[in-house]
Amino acid sequence: MAKRSAPEVNAGSMADIAFLLLIFFLVTTTIETDSGLNRKLPPMEDQVDPPIIREKNIFTVLVSKNDQLLVEEELADISDLRSLAIAFLDNGGGVGDEACEYCQGERDEASSDNPDKAIISLKNDRETSYKVYIAVQNELVAAYNDLRNREFERLFGTELGINYVEAQKQYDDPRTNTERKELLKPKLDQVKAMYPQKLSEAESTKLN
Amino acid sequence: MSKFKKKKGGDLPAISTASLPDIVFMLLFFFMVATVMRDSTLMVVNKLPAADQIQKLDKKDRVMYIYAGKPSSRYQDKYGSSARIQLNDKFASVDEVGAFILAERASKRQELQNVLTTALKVDSDTKMGLIQDIKQELRKVQALKINYTTRVGDYTQNLN
Repeated sequence: MAKRSAPEVNAGSMADIAFLLLIFFLVTTTIETDSGLNRKLPPMEDQVDPPIIREKNIFTVLVSKNDQLLVEEELADISDLRSLAIAFLDNGGGVGDEACEYCQGERDEASSDNPDKAIISLKNDRETSYKVYIAVQNELVAAYNDLRNREFERLFGTELGINYVEAQKQYDDPRTNTERKELLKPKLDQVKAMYPQKLSEAESTKLN
Repeated sequence: MSKFKKKKGGDLPAISTASLPDIVFMLLFFFMVATVMRDSTLMVVNKLPAADQIQKLDKKDRVMYIYAGKPSSRYQDKYGSSARIQLNDKFASVDEVGAFILAERASKRQELQNVLTTALKVDSDTKMGLIQDIKQELRKVQALKINYTTRVGDYTQNLN
């Protein structure tokens, strides 16, 4: 019998398989981009005379060292924080010059006059854990975003078909063309002015 | 019977290596795409808290990173287990933050120097006292735009 070697495996399709895998990974992998909560710190210069703010226009949120939540001097659960903050911001209890015609809140005398006046004051202890602090920040930002979404949809919903958060995302995206950005900018600014984010953070205390 | 014996004697054909470059290139491309460039090695535990009202931190060249958290296990016998700040490749104390920010700012292009954001990558089990100190330092050097870097998720994940 003649000496016979094993037939060579056809490797021509190997490249195809390799490219198939490559494309699969290319499609399924997402490049990790960082994301988080953007905040602005107050500048250092101390104010000579702090503006007088009426007590009813301040919404106090206090996070204790045991990560408990005190909202307007009452113990609260973090799951209620968003609705409490919305109720406060959207109250619109002011009359005359301070009236807020787009607010849909209870118009309670004892709560905020209008969203422009309403300030959320966040205090935390030095022993508060970061994750709870972030959860509280997240819920407070969510309250503003919910209200802004509502107004954005009411004003421009039929024209654009997106809400505030999506519009902001489009505006921030570097791939969005300038034409679109110019269209979105005044609308975003208008809604931002309706519910300005006034979140004050006191320096943390060692007390309680 | 000799049929079988003869086969054994024949030398093995060489395996075709023609597709090896393909495989190598595939791996190369995969790692190129999936790797996130990080200029500093992480020396602290960095399990970020979850949040869902987040904004993307797009342009990487406009971001300065400050890490904080407990030193990771292999550094714990040297640096202890209380939360520390990491700047670039080494542990730092709170009063070094200001100098770090100024140095980072100076290393960026002129037109970017006013739009820089400081990303705080802080472990979720850190106490707020340390973060408060960092924030105070940032205020001193006018680095007012900050970003609490989080991972995407519901806030309830932070509560247990």
